[in-house]
Amino acid sequence: MAKHETPLLDQLESGPWPSFVSDIKQEAEARAKNEKGVEYQIPVDVCEDLLGILELSFKHGRTHWKHGGIVGVFGYGGGVIGRYCDQPEMFPGVAHFHTMRVNQPGGKFYTSEFLRQLCDVWDMRGSGLTNMHGSTGDIILLGTTTPQLEEIFFELTHTYNQDLGGSGSNLRTPADCVGEARCEWSCYDTQALCYDLTQEYQDELHRPAFPYKFKFKFDGCPNCCVASIARADIAFIGTWKDDIRLDQEAVAAYVGGEFPPNGGSHSGRDWGPFDIKKEVIDLCPTGCMQYADGKLAIDNKECNRCMHCISVMPRALRIGNDRGCSILVGAKAPILDGAQMGSLLIPFIKVEEPYDEIKEVIENIWDWWMEEGKNRERLGELMKRQGFQRLLEACNLKPDPRMVQEPRTNPYIFWKEDEVPGGFQRDINEFRKHHLR
Amino acid sequence: MAFVSSGYNPAKPMENRITDIGPRKYDEFYPPVIKKNKGKWLYHEILQPGVLVHVAESGDEVYTVRVGGIRLMSVSLIREVCDIADKHCDGHMRFTTRNNIEFMVDSKDKVQPLVDDLESRKFDGGSFKFPVGGTGAGVTNIVHTQGWIHCHTPATDASGPVKATMDVLFDDFKNMRLPAHVRVSLACCLNMCGAVHCSDIAILGYHRKPPLMDHEYLDKMCEIPLAIASCPTAALKPGKMELEDGTSVKSIMVNEPRCMFCGNCYTMCPSMPLADTEGDGIVIMAGGKVSNRISAPKFSKVVVAFFPNEAPRWPQTTDCIQKMIEVYAADANKYERLGEWAERIGWERFFEKCELEFTHHLIDDFRDPAYYTWRQTTQFKF
Repeated sequence: MAKHETPLLDQLESGPWPSFVSDIKQEAEARAKNEKGVEYQIPVDVCEDLLGILELSFKHGRTHWKHGGIVGVFGYGGGVIGRYCDQPEMFPGVAHFHTMRVNQPGGKFYTSEFLRQLCDVWDMRGSGLTNMHGSTGDIILLGTTTPQLEEIFFELTHTYNQDLGGSGSNLRTPADCVGEARCEWSCYDTQALCYDLTQEYQDELHRPAFPYKFKFKFDGCPNCCVASIARADIAFIGTWKDDIRLDQEAVAAYVGGEFPPNGGSHSGRDWGPFDIKKEVIDLCPTGCMQYADGKLAIDNKECNRCMHCISVMPRALRIGNDRGCSILVGAKAPILDGAQMGSLLIPFIKVEEPYDEIKEVIENIWDWWMEEGKNRERLGELMKRQGFQRLLEACNLKPDPRMVQEPRTNPYIFWKEDEVPGGFQRDINEFRKHHLR
Repeated sequence: MAFVSSGYNPAKPMENRITDIGPRKYDEFYPPVIKKNKGKWLYHEILQPGVLVHVAESGDEVYTVRVGGIRLMSVSLIREVCDIADKHCDGHMRFTTRNNIEFMVDSKDKVQPLVDDLESRKFDGGSFKFPVGGTGAGVTNIVHTQGWIHCHTPATDASGPVKATMDVLFDDFKNMRLPAHVRVSLACCLNMCGAVHCSDIAILGYHRKPPLMDHEYLDKMCEIPLAIASCPTAALKPGKMELEDGTSVKSIMVNEPRCMFCGNCYTMCPSMPLADTEGDGIVIMAGGKVSNRISAPKFSKVVVAFFPNEAPRWPQTTDCIQKMIEVYAADANKYERLGEWAERIGWERFFEKCELEFTHHLIDDFRDPAYYTWRQTTQFKF
């Protein structure tokens, strides 16, 4: 018999998509039975009370969670989000329901051994409920009490060699795409760069010293599977400078219908035979491709590396060999001043250990943002407020037409005194000798 | 139950303390075929919905079976994932950015038993635990936020509307009939932890009433200047309020017509809640993308200003999404993303074809970018 009636949530058990309600119920039952004899350190009925309070929210159309208090582990300012419910007497099991963010491994590859270990810790010391994963990328451990925070942190670090992730005004847990581990389009090792920078900037990740949150994301190619261009303060997006590698025999196999276009992604409908002109040549945004006499030709100098042709014919076309990444900065979701896409700061940079050049860019940006940024001002907002030129100065970079979609349409240039011969200081009396009042 | 110590000594928190070690290193967890062929993959192909093969220069193959995961997962379910990985994949698996789970095997004959096993597992309530799909020109899993399960500022739930929407879109999770992939996302307030602002279809929780002022407690709970400074539209100013018992308290005054309902003040000050049964609900956005393929990345546009929170299954929201996807499926060209299609036919035609009402709420009036969204040409369609 369930502790709380949940007639609204029960309606989310039917239908084909995996039901989170069924899953929480199964966890509630497992805790009640406790077949393994776990020494639960937070209320056994935490899952039932969570269902109860969620049912109340479904009934009211309002959340029943209060603001987080200041909770955390000693010496860190992030990684733990305090959470309390506003009906603790009705739902004592979730009266304290803090979240811990655990820094996920690169590419989100796991062994069952490691995941089981995390499950054992969380079963005993938390609610047994997680997010796999949070939006930023962390493993989210959802719901525990204040006394358990240090215990969990101690166990994670001592037994499992595993640290917490970021929250608050600090470097948020960096996240990467699957990259070279299992993708032929990855232009650099996203996992290696993500891991190296995560380790290099542990202090920035755990101890909030920034004006606001700061995100790194690593996409191996311009398809942007981790959405870095839309949400990272610094997006590292793989690209190449030389020619697309081209296999004419494989092109012929696509044209001849031996290989399915776009890696077989459109097999749910009969789109007719593959038409290279219609599906590749005509859709190329720069018009840099031609197909004649059974041969494909690419004017690589004019290619903007959009990935369409490569995506349609992955067996015939491959990314170039002179690879690195573009760096785009200042993306963010709408709060506060509207959404911003990342803006191109560095068209091409090599991605090679120990990544010193990349770190210099990062640290220059941080120096500027920490000096000039207002409280709760994201990098993208500072760029808008002070202008792209200030960012260039901070990074010691030369302007490049690749950095803009088009030049400015107004002539309101803030000329600097040292750019104008003779400077701004002039003698009015000298002027008046030739221009009477 | 008795308190069980991990070994941590609260009297000496720095004793044996380990900090700043970061995550476990990625390559500890690679399956052998990944470790061997990393950086040397030649091409990939989707063999059937939810099943991919990647072929390496060495001739090695890795077969990936993708299943829809629920982001909110219990340890019981994670242990079941581990059991499956142990049984079929030598104990390896990975998760995707969109909350899918991927099981990898190194030969083709291991695929079908894995698929059969995954598809056979159901919850007691009847839903699939591990539906195979989410690849290619279809709908993959919804990325989403916490909602009413754990957040203090949501204007809608997350897991509930996601379950309701994916039930409706389930056939397109299992099929690849669409012109291109469709990315659906949900954020339960406009903080957009889920960064839904560049999705083909976005479900966004939104408040519509200004903060409810708890004047009696505000000055005790909040730093008034911080709360005032947090308002992006300068709708807040300091003031004095007389309570019913005649005492005068310092508080904050809201210029209500200036409020854009962002909830930023509530983040700074718990005495200004916005949550409201009638006020809160869902905004539908459409036409965004993050990839640079063919056209540049795009923001999603607001196409429905408001649907009420209709727990537990949000029928108006799911009907609208299903309708948009059907019209897109019938009308767009191959490879054309939803936003590219809308731009090609024109947004006026998009509203007509999707049978959506165009209301004044959909015309941007927020700061400079608004002007760039108005029509400055005589080129439009009747």
